[in-house]
Amino acid sequence: MNRSRGNDQLFQELCRDIGTNRVHRDGASQLLYSRDGSAFPGGIPGVVCFPETTQHVVDCIKAANRHDRSFVPRGAGTGLAGGAVPCDAPLVISTTKMNSILEVNYEKRFAWVGPGVVNLDLTKSLTGTGFHFAPDPSSQQSCTIGGNVANNSGGPHCLAYGVTNAHILAIEVVLPDGTLVQLGDVDGHASGYDLRGVFVGGEGTLGIATRIAVKLTPDPPEIRTLLLDFMDVADAAKTVSAIIASGIVPAAIEMMDKRIVNVVEEFVKVGYPTDAAAVLIIEVDGLPEGVKIEVERIQSISLEHGARSVRVASSDEEREQIWKGRKSAFGAVAQIQPGYYLHDTVIPRTKLVEVLEAVYEIANRYELIVMNVFHAGDGNLHPLLVFDPQEPGVMERVLVAGEEIVQVSLDAGGVLSGEHGIGLEKKRFMEKLFSEEDLAAQKLLKDAFDPDGRANPFKVLPSGASCSEVNHLNQLPDGAWV
Amino acid sequence: MGMNDLEDFRESVGKSDPVAVVGGRTHWTVGGNPTDDTRLVSAPVGIDFFDPSEMTVSVKAGTTLKDLNEELSRYRQEVCLEGSSETTVGGALMIGTDGIRRNLIGSIRETLLQAEYVDAKGKLIKAGGPTVKNVTGYDLCRLLVGSLGTLGLVGRVILRTRPQSEKSVWLRGGLSPEEARHICFRPSSLLWNGEETFIQLEGYGVNVDSEILNLKNLGYEELGVKCPISIPSFRHKFVNGMSLDNGIIDVYSSILYKSVEASEPQHSEEVLRLGNRVRKMFDPLGRLNPGRDPYRAGP
Repeated sequence: MNRSRGNDQLFQELCRDIGTNRVHRDGASQLLYSRDGSAFPGGIPGVVCFPETTQHVVDCIKAANRHDRSFVPRGAGTGLAGGAVPCDAPLVISTTKMNSILEVNYEKRFAWVGPGVVNLDLTKSLTGTGFHFAPDPSSQQSCTIGGNVANNSGGPHCLAYGVTNAHILAIEVVLPDGTLVQLGDVDGHASGYDLRGVFVGGEGTLGIATRIAVKLTPDPPEIRTLLLDFMDVADAAKTVSAIIASGIVPAAIEMMDKRIVNVVEEFVKVGYPTDAAAVLIIEVDGLPEGVKIEVERIQSISLEHGARSVRVASSDEEREQIWKGRKSAFGAVAQIQPGYYLHDTVIPRTKLVEVLEAVYEIANRYELIVMNVFHAGDGNLHPLLVFDPQEPGVMERVLVAGEEIVQVSLDAGGVLSGEHGIGLEKKRFMEKLFSEEDLAAQKLLKDAFDPDGRANPFKVLPSGASCSEVNHLNQLPDGAWV
Repeated sequence: MGMNDLEDFRESVGKSDPVAVVGGRTHWTVGGNPTDDTRLVSAPVGIDFFDPSEMTVSVKAGTTLKDLNEELSRYRQEVCLEGSSETTVGGALMIGTDGIRRNLIGSIRETLLQAEYVDAKGKLIKAGGPTVKNVTGYDLCRLLVGSLGTLGLVGRVILRTRPQSEKSVWLRGGLSPEEARHICFRPSSLLWNGEETFIQLEGYGVNVDSEILNLKNLGYEELGVKCPISIPSFRHKFVNGMSLDNGIIDVYSSILYKSVEASEPQHSEEVLRLGNRVRKMFDPLGRLNPGRDPYRAGP
């Protein structure tokens, strides 16, 4: 059955229920929403819907159910694991128009927002109030809070503050059967099973968030940002472990190796030392006296572990410059090659040295350029394999090298993903980490939320069919992560 | 217990009859008592692995908080689990309530990184992962915390640890809860009895000292390290306008601690339906902790 065009009756019912201007099935829309930020070639959405209210979302899901169709929730589509790629011609339900900040309660320190609010827009709206929303993924200029909830997103400042799950108090959800339910409460605790907690990170396979209560975190009175450089990557990695072992949990510890430092410096010229083997960006915050202590201790620890220099930003401008380089890293890579494949594994932070060595060895063996820019403080690696997709045979080498990097991370006691999620990309690796029984237990959760399997099918858990098979597509990703 | 602790535990749980794990019995009646025909088993005991530089600890569920905290204290670390010294790690996790220091140390729901549990069919299941950051699949650890053992019986866990604070002190004074929240930066506890606020400050000595000075200038009295007031046993959800009735409010969590038991919490029909579906999926025959209901437990 060719479901790619949707059927007329479904289309007409959606137009009737949520308004013609909010329902698209033209070729351009279907192409645009056929893929996300990942390399997966994607499928073709049946119909693309742009609800603006909770009731619209309920109507969309009920229409999907009436016509035996699945649905894919979608935010800004910046995900890197294929979580928003439509499989089997589903309704794509984009929440980007549900982008209002609905209520801000400074006394109780929460805000209700629509799922389509862009992460950085929320941050900007809070600037000057004394509060902020802590999760700051690298895509924060475009990713949405709904997407952050779906992926349990991280970001540099999640080391001390925690990932998205720690900053979501309650969620209004439309379940896959069309039921509306609020999970959690704004006080941050609700008795019973932590259904809010499992919904966060559910990758849109458990329902669609239509309103989200986020926690407002007080701004720290003092922030200090340090730029440390090393002539040996291993020394930088050992410094990270030593800082954590000393009892300091900085707001952020980011690491960049020589290759990425050079590319970034060429791109944005922020004053990174281009002859260094690696740099660390470390940020500490809190009350001024404690921040001063931590800066001194970090300086001392890093010099003991081979740091060549430690620069402490002396102004907000200098601090912003240091961060600008880090946040420009992925854009800067395009100067080297048109394509890159970004991995996302987590390892015990004490294993940084040996796993980084293995990553370099794997890349060399497959004659690939690898750059490392990652959240070192929590062991969240992001090896970037950089390549020209037009080069014959390169994609196969990238995939095999990537698989070895994943395996090395697992062998070191790590996990498949720290913040990008499983989506389509890492389904096939799930059996390396979990037994059949472990995965069956996870499936129980999915079945409790979505007994008919309509919400974002073919994602997260290994299944009999793959998205590629149902879409009759090539198994291999076709190019760059852009 | 020896190398086969978890396997022994799995066998003791069995596959068919009603079963519950007994720990320190410090929270035995929360969410209801197990039915009379429930067989009681014990979880294995012992700390498997603690790497202070990784800030994680692998510990068996029957280990008491006292024993765990003693080991962690040797390296000036702690875990965010609440209970008396006899409370077990598994018991604290299955109750799942946060203590009054949540504002500083975080929620117990953030603490459980990996769990190995015996499911209703008697199989050993692993959920979560050993690293401090992880989005690999559905986070069943979230579901287990606060589940009262109704979804699986936990045998071994990996927990996130945190550094102990250098200094800790309580103060008492007359600011309103709202004023106290604005004056202090991230206090670990803020309690209110309707007349006075009780503030616990933790962190570097210099930070704590400077905040003590500020508060003393506002008439606050320094009281020492131990919590200066007795906190009643029963947790109620506080809503504006509710009488304190000799209770103590945890301002950050809006929990009202009182000496009388709370009435059964209210949940929406939709939440109860979803929660019951989860329970039915994990334990179709209702053999794990029958008689207990997480939705009857207080906040």
